[in-house]
Amino acid sequence: MSEQNVFALPNIPTPSTPVSFNPDKCTGCNNCVETCPIDVFIPNPKKGSPPIILHAEECWYCGCCVDDCPTPGACNFNWPLPLKPRWKNKETGEVRQV
Amino acid sequence: MATWHEYLRDEGRPPAWPYQIQFGQEQLIETDVLVIGGGISGCWAAIAAARQGVRVALVEKGDVKRSGSGGPGCDHWCNAPANPLSRVDPDEWAVHMADRTYCNGIGLQIQNREDFDTLLEMEQMGGKIRDTEDEFLGAEGRDDETKFMISPRYGTIHSYLPDPHMGEPGFNPPEKRNNVVIRVWGNTFKPVLKKECKRLGVQVFDRVMGTSLLNENGKQGARVIGATGLNGRTGEFLIFRAKAVILATAGAGSMWLMSMEHGGYSNMHSRNINGDGSVMAWKAGAELTMMESTGVVGIATGLKHKWYTGAGDASYENVPLVDAKGRRLPYPIQGWEDAGAMVPAPGTQEKVREAIMRGEYELPFYGDWPAMAEVERRATWNLMLTEESTTRIMIKTMNEAGFDINKDLQLSYKFIEGNSLPQWGSGGSGGLVVDWNLKTTVDGLYAVGTQMFCPEDHSYAAATGRYGGRKAAASVKDAGEFELNRDQIEAEKKRIFAPTGRDRGIEWKELHNGLSRAMQYFVSEYKTETLLKMGLEEIERLEAEAVPQLIAHDPHKLMRSIEDLSMMEYAKVIIHASLARKSSNPRMGFNRIDYPEYNQEEWEKFLTIKLVDDKVETGYLPPRYWGDMKQQYEAYNKDYTGVYAPGN
Ligand code: SF4
Ligand code: SF4
Repeated sequence: MSEQNVFALPNIPTPSTPVSFNPDKCTGCNNCVETCPIDVFIPNPKKGSPPIILHAEECWYCGCCVDDCPTPGACNFNWPLPLKPRWKNKETGEVRQV
Repeated sequence: MATWHEYLRDEGRPPAWPYQIQFGQEQLIETDVLVIGGGISGCWAAIAAARQGVRVALVEKGDVKRSGSGGPGCDHWCNAPANPLSRVDPDEWAVHMADRTYCNGIGLQIQNREDFDTLLEMEQMGGKIRDTEDEFLGAEGRDDETKFMISPRYGTIHSYLPDPHMGEPGFNPPEKRNNVVIRVWGNTFKPVLKKECKRLGVQVFDRVMGTSLLNENGKQGARVIGATGLNGRTGEFLIFRAKAVILATAGAGSMWLMSMEHGGYSNMHSRNINGDGSVMAWKAGAELTMMESTGVVGIATGLKHKWYTGAGDASYENVPLVDAKGRRLPYPIQGWEDAGAMVPAPGTQEKVREAIMRGEYELPFYGDWPAMAEVERRATWNLMLTEESTTRIMIKTMNEAGFDINKDLQLSYKFIEGNSLPQWGSGGSGGLVVDWNLKTTVDGLYAVGTQMFCPEDHSYAAATGRYGGRKAAASVKDAGEFELNRDQIEAEKKRIFAPTGRDRGIEWKELHNGLSRAMQYFVSEYKTETLLKMGLEEIERLEAEAVPQLIAHDPHKLMRSIEDLSMMEYAKVIIHASLARKSSNPRMGFNRIDYPEYNQEEWEKFLTIKLVDDKVETGYLPPRYWGDMKQQYEAYNKDYTGVYAPGN
């Protein structure tokens, strides 16, 4: 990040990134923008680029944006830290988390 | 780039608002039946009305394709006793389901009579309701002829009434099961409902929140003849003129949650649910009931885990719960061995807690997936949880992260998460009083699904939506023409757009948090007249001092601001109802410290509440005010024609 791009900004609302887009795969079709019932996203002013996450903290983690994305791998779900499910291997006892 | 902050960093400026701003610009829509709320019940209402050949408009805050609590999916079609595998009579089963003091006998009768027809219509539209690919051959409850997958729920017992013999060998034998609940592929449902709305010519208004109902001559309590709406992307003001209005929005859950950054965290209902519909009806003079019924919601509320991200949540079909050492816990598993019981026998929770304290059980607990039979494991993980609402994405992400149902135990949050004030919620029982046409106490206004008092589940929403749509459509055939009252529209417009005209002030999140603090302190566990009145005064103070400072810089935040106003009004209704019920009531989880006794004879009744000339009036309805369910249903539905014949 270059110095000229350091702005004085308020804190970022959390959780901030309910999904992450893969810019190499996302076609910018905005299907997720229209699917999301909450308007978490807005279309990117640059046509063909992934949408912009605007109202991240309003997400209800319904997953519809990811489920209905026509391009596999373009839109990936990103559980906020406190919501990541946990499990344990029955044999080894190893505990893991998403 | 992905987030707003990244965009700013890369571009050196924030993105412009992407939609054309039209604050206050008007659009007038003329229709016969207006449906407000495009979730499950609203879609079914719109479809049923349109099939009667009338003009229909459907208003939805999100996008109908995936909006509402049932947007992502639904795994159970409950109470379909008319299905060919059922062993019970629909009318008798309805009476059985209604054998609770506080329930909605009208909605239950409709569900039990028409739910299976509704499901078959879902299949006509393209929804998946059978195991057509033979994925679950050999699973219990699968019928090889119809390919229906019967659920263990309500096996031989009522799933909410635990039986002391649950889990014993021979309990719940296959030949005695009721077979009333069907497992379905509900992720397919919402998109096909939208498609059918479009096919039938329903005018769909996505991204529009309903804000108020319009009465004849602008008079509270007079016939409802239209509504107003706000587009959450553009700020456009929509005015609907209709011969009948169906409310199909849902309750309000987050009033006690003092962090709107977590409004969607653990919610099992859509984040968009904020009491707008009930408040619109309240201001229009319609009668509500059960509004005083609030309490700690055990799952999926407040700051808890997201529903189903932990083993042991309700509906965890067939997954046995074990302690950290692998010892089986005495909880029912809502599976075949306990006939689908969803609640433990009385005292179980306390016994387990004591055993934990003595060191007999070790925390944390786990869901023991590997202990299950292979096909049951798959049916639970791949069908039930994958099709049920927000759990679909949980399954996907856990699979991707390497969770293996054949090898792994899933962590349960029982006990370690606790119960605390932010878990307080509206409980979902409050809603509009309806008659056998699902008409409210105001002419021209109907209520379906979760908009009615004491609602039930997804299929209840579907069946009652379909029924209400049919009834509302029938009513418009001889309804006259009504002129909208401009003064009422102007007053609403002023209210809605006030936050856009200020440069500085209070944002919606802070106002919401002010409300939730009042609810936490004054309208929760400890209820007395003094505390409740303090709560009311605090909300009135917020209205007098904070609301005039509310600011909204764009249409989305304006929508959230208006939701706050709805929630404040909703909260006041809860307080007025709580003040009026002068008796504790264990059946409603309602405790008044100043009236600790449950005076059953006098107080076992529905408390009703409405506005007359802007003054609160309370009244009562007897339990089972709906009369004989079978007789009444038949009297009102002589012309019911069953499953829709496509091509009509
Ligand atoms: S993430 Fe998927 S749905 Fe969204 S814009 Fe990209 S390709 Fe389209
Ligand atoms: S998970 Fe649901 S609410 Fe969240 S961004 Fe995706 S579609 Fe919107």
